[in-house]
Amino acid sequence: MRYSAWKIFKEGLTGNKGWTPAWREPEPKAEYDIVIVGGGGHGLSTAYYLAKEFGEKNVAVVEKGWLGSGNIGRNTTIIRSNYLLEGNQPFYEFSLKLWEGLEQDFNYNAMVSQRGILNLIHSDPQRDAFVRRGNAMRLSGADAEILGPAEIRKMCPFLDYDNARFPIQGAIWQPRGGTVRHDAVAWGYARGADARGVDIIQNCEVTGFLMENGTCTGVETAKGTIRAKKVAVCVAGSSSRVMEKAGMRLPIESHVLQAFVSEGLKPVIPGVITFGAGHFYVSQSDKGGLVFGGDIDGYNTYAQRGNLPVVEDVCEGGMAIMPMIGRARLLRMWGGVMDMSMDGSPFIDKTHIEGLYFNGGWCYGGFKATPASGYCYAHLLATDRPHDTAQHYRLDRFRRGAPIDEKGQGAQPNLH
Amino acid sequence: MIIDHPLLGPRDAAEFVYKGDASLIHRPDGMTATDDEMHDYVYLRDNPAGEHRELWYHEQGDRSWLVVTRNTLTHEISKVELARDVARAEGRGQ
Ligand SMILES: Cc1cc2nc3c(=O)[nH]c(=O)nc-3n(C[C@H](O)[C@H](O)[C@H](O)COP(=O)(O)OP(=O)(O)OC[C@H]3O[C@@H](n4cnc5c(N)ncnc54)[C@H](O)[C@@H]3O)c2cc1C
Repeated sequence: MRYSAWKIFKEGLTGNKGWTPAWREPEPKAEYDIVIVGGGGHGLSTAYYLAKEFGEKNVAVVEKGWLGSGNIGRNTTIIRSNYLLEGNQPFYEFSLKLWEGLEQDFNYNAMVSQRGILNLIHSDPQRDAFVRRGNAMRLSGADAEILGPAEIRKMCPFLDYDNARFPIQGAIWQPRGGTVRHDAVAWGYARGADARGVDIIQNCEVTGFLMENGTCTGVETAKGTIRAKKVAVCVAGSSSRVMEKAGMRLPIESHVLQAFVSEGLKPVIPGVITFGAGHFYVSQSDKGGLVFGGDIDGYNTYAQRGNLPVVEDVCEGGMAIMPMIGRARLLRMWGGVMDMSMDGSPFIDKTHIEGLYFNGGWCYGGFKATPASGYCYAHLLATDRPHDTAQHYRLDRFRRGAPIDEKGQGAQPNLH
Repeated sequence: MIIDHPLLGPRDAAEFVYKGDASLIHRPDGMTATDDEMHDYVYLRDNPAGEHRELWYHEQGDRSWLVVTRNTLTHEISKVELARDVARAEGRGQ
């Protein structure tokens, strides 16, 4: 069924009796060409692009819980392409371009809202670094502007410009950045994949891999064995737990990131704003809640909840740039477990085991990557060659001395 | 989280800096280790769900390093030792 304004109008007049479920609930078949493990944003977009762009007809997505139960439904929904390094920036710009056409492409309202992202500058060296980053962004075809305080004041009169410790000296502004409704991304990709014949199997945990003569030939699941020519793992925060079943150790630690939402307020925050002297980012949802977050808690964890010191730290970051936020009451907070990699960059690669592929290590920035990650993973699965923009996301990059370390902090995953 | 420091008693985890898996105590000898050994030591982690032995550095306290045994599913801490005792018991740092 195609969604359109006309369809809503017609259904409104006929008692909304004609709507059908957005996807089927099939039982798993005995065998598929490709089985994707993990039905988060990346797994579902991989399935969608496999079916739509690469003509793969015999694909299943096997998900432990329900669609949207992982990080795809927990993140703070920011999209941007403001990276510095060659291994990253073309990929994230590719992703932003896919976001821009996504709703038309999969015929689903994902509320892609390019309200812009403002990264504040608080010191001279930071300005130098951001100018360099802006140049790298523009070289990749993305948009970036350096703004001074007068220009920011017009956009955000409420910021604390003359703060004694963290004066606001400028910002790097990416007008094409913004937010997207995260659950709708999962649902839109699921619906689009399902319509093209992909079986989405929920409540079906993968418990092991089928190995024959060193080749991966399927998965063991809660609903029995499913054979596959290729198995594509895409389980975000559970990467180490799942790959361990194939005997692999990964350059990854699992950490929790918390998110916060205030009570609903009248429109006040124009786009996304990030603090440059601490870790704090904020946007306002269409319902009016201020959506914000900051650092990860910083210790290994698989518990989907964080601790109070980070709550305090995040709120202090907010108070440092916009004291007005102290008047808003916190409505909800939650945590999500992410796979933090050793250089803060992800992996989209074949493993050393024939038939087994891995996508993960997205840290706390994988939501914006959802379209490109799926597209590039689908490209790799269908052609056995990496997509141009994802060719640096290899599992052996540390061994080769080629990490993609945006922050220059080395193998300390809790700092990335 | 509260870490029961062997010398100082219960301390807020916020006083500490987290330094990762306690197996990092066993750094291979850089002069003799193979590239693979060094790579695995620096970059690969078990990252278990459940009991995890990890290093915490008491930066805002007595600057000691601890080995904390903590459950990564519940955050429950079952054991706290001085890292130097652990290292010595495991044959390091003569
Ligand atoms: C609080 C928070 C805020 C964030 N904010 C942003 C942001 O503003 N911008 C941004 O770009 N990124 C952000 N991120 C990061 C982003 O959400 C993740 O990097 C991204 O969603 C991970 O990919 P995914 O959607 O596929 O993950 P998930 O949705 O977690 O998908 C993984 C799926 O695998 C399933 N799974 C696990 N084990 C198994 C198994 N054994 N068998 C079958 N299925 C299994 C899980 O149930 C899950 O559904 C944030 C993350 C968090 C937690």
